[in-house]
Amino acid sequence: MKQKRRVRVMVAKPGLDGHDRGARIIARAYRDAGFEVVYTGLHQTPEEIVEAAIQEDVDMIGLSSLAGAHRYLFPAVVQLLHERGADDIVVCGGGIIPEDDIKRLKAIGVREVFTPGTPLDQIVRWVEQNVTPR
Amino acid sequence: MASVAEKVVAGDVRAVARLIRDIDDGMPEVREVLKELYPHTGKAYVIGITGAPGVGKSTLVDQIIAHLRKRDKTVGVLAVDPTSPFSGGAILGDRVRMQRHSMDPGVFIRSMATRGHFGGLTQSTRSAIDVLDAMGKDYILVETVGVGQDEVDVVRSAHTTVIVVIPGMGDDIQAIKAGILEVGDIFLINQADREGSDKTLSDLRLMIEMDQKKYDQGGWKPPILKVQAVFDKGVDEFLEAVDRHAAYLAETTGSLNFRGSRDKVRQELGEMIKARLIEEVLIRLTESGEFDRAIDSIVKGKVDPYTACEELVLPVLAR
Ligand SMILES: Nc1nc2c(ncn2[C@@H]2O[C@H](COP(=O)(O)OP(=O)(O)OP(=O)(O)O)[C@@H](O)[C@H]2O)c(=O)[nH]1
Ligand SMILES: [Mg+2]
Repeated sequence: MKQKRRVRVMVAKPGLDGHDRGARIIARAYRDAGFEVVYTGLHQTPEEIVEAAIQEDVDMIGLSSLAGAHRYLFPAVVQLLHERGADDIVVCGGGIIPEDDIKRLKAIGVREVFTPGTPLDQIVRWVEQNVTPR
Repeated sequence: MASVAEKVVAGDVRAVARLIRDIDDGMPEVREVLKELYPHTGKAYVIGITGAPGVGKSTLVDQIIAHLRKRDKTVGVLAVDPTSPFSGGAILGDRVRMQRHSMDPGVFIRSMATRGHFGGLTQSTRSAIDVLDAMGKDYILVETVGVGQDEVDVVRSAHTTVIVVIPGMGDDIQAIKAGILEVGDIFLINQADREGSDKTLSDLRLMIEMDQKKYDQGGWKPPILKVQAVFDKGVDEFLEAVDRHAAYLAETTGSLNFRGSRDKVRQELGEMIKARLIEEVLIRLTESGEFDRAIDSIVKGKVDPYTACEELVLPVLAR
């Protein structure tokens, strides 16, 4: 049966810090919005994240970071996607990220950054408006 | 430029991933690609793994991958998780347990949601299995949660169907008895480090031995093995049981290539016809507006659904 394409996103947690509560909460919000959410767990390297995103054919990767991992890990994900010819996969991030860093991240291709306290439905709406399932 | 099928056969990961997406999204174009891939399929050995939520299926798959890689075999994984009936979305979390293999080029892991497609889960997973097969994977592991008939049918179409239980699942074993006992080629009692595995073993054994007559006549007697997936215990013994089952299949059906087995082909083609018919008929009736008009008539009490169904379907088939 011909059905409309469903948005597939990956929620990943690079770096070595802490827990994945935030990632789980956003995963649930995405599911409730009708997206298919691939969850890869804690402590992922950028290489692992990109390889998984390609195998899973997701439309977007949501990266979450608490303790500064965004500075080198987010750009690494963007770069690796580029090297694999997968620039069409949207990258966005979330976490405690200073204003200056957000500017820098956006300049290198991270499409959006959500800081703590952003309402879940606002994040979901952003995805609906900016991520088209292939 | 190489065709999609050529890229798949050459092992192009991105092409494989995108093709499975198209299968999942029900894109009609994939049929042509699948036709082209068919001659390259029939070589992989498919193991279906099912069981209640949380029994340790993904942890087990992760260990099986590791053991197969030690044997120098390449592995494809399809991990199926349920779609939420409320939103149509899904959280696909099986991959978390297998993520250590993601950088291994000999392993391809794909998460799939059950969705609710008409063709059924069986059709789309079977097509996805064909793709991984054509890509050259030696083994394909399919994980489903053994709750619905669809999920059970999926693993049933494998060469070896594995049912995973855990100790202390007295009631669940009753449930297995009702539905999936017949389809199990190997039974695993996972989490055997926990109390009660001996009791579960003897319960299962009792049920399996009810079919003793079948085994006496040369039927396959499903072995029951205790494993501890997190501690990597019992996985080699499990793979030896798979080898024995494969040898049994090869001996009784003549070949492990199901493409040559009338029974398997009958089942597969039958399901394919069913799915295709439903799809074609529904598309036509929807496009012509007849479907909606019939719904209106039924709602208004002008016609009963039995008559409406007949009036819709028979003319389409006669066309
Ligand atoms: N004690 C013990 N725990 C285990 C064993 N194998 C797996 N587990 C644990 O069981 C839990 C569930 O494991 P999964 O592999 O996710 O189970 P699953 O059957 O794939 O779960 P679903 O896909 O959600 O149905 C995890 O916390 C595992 O660590 C085992 O042999 N012993
Ligand atoms: Mg699982």
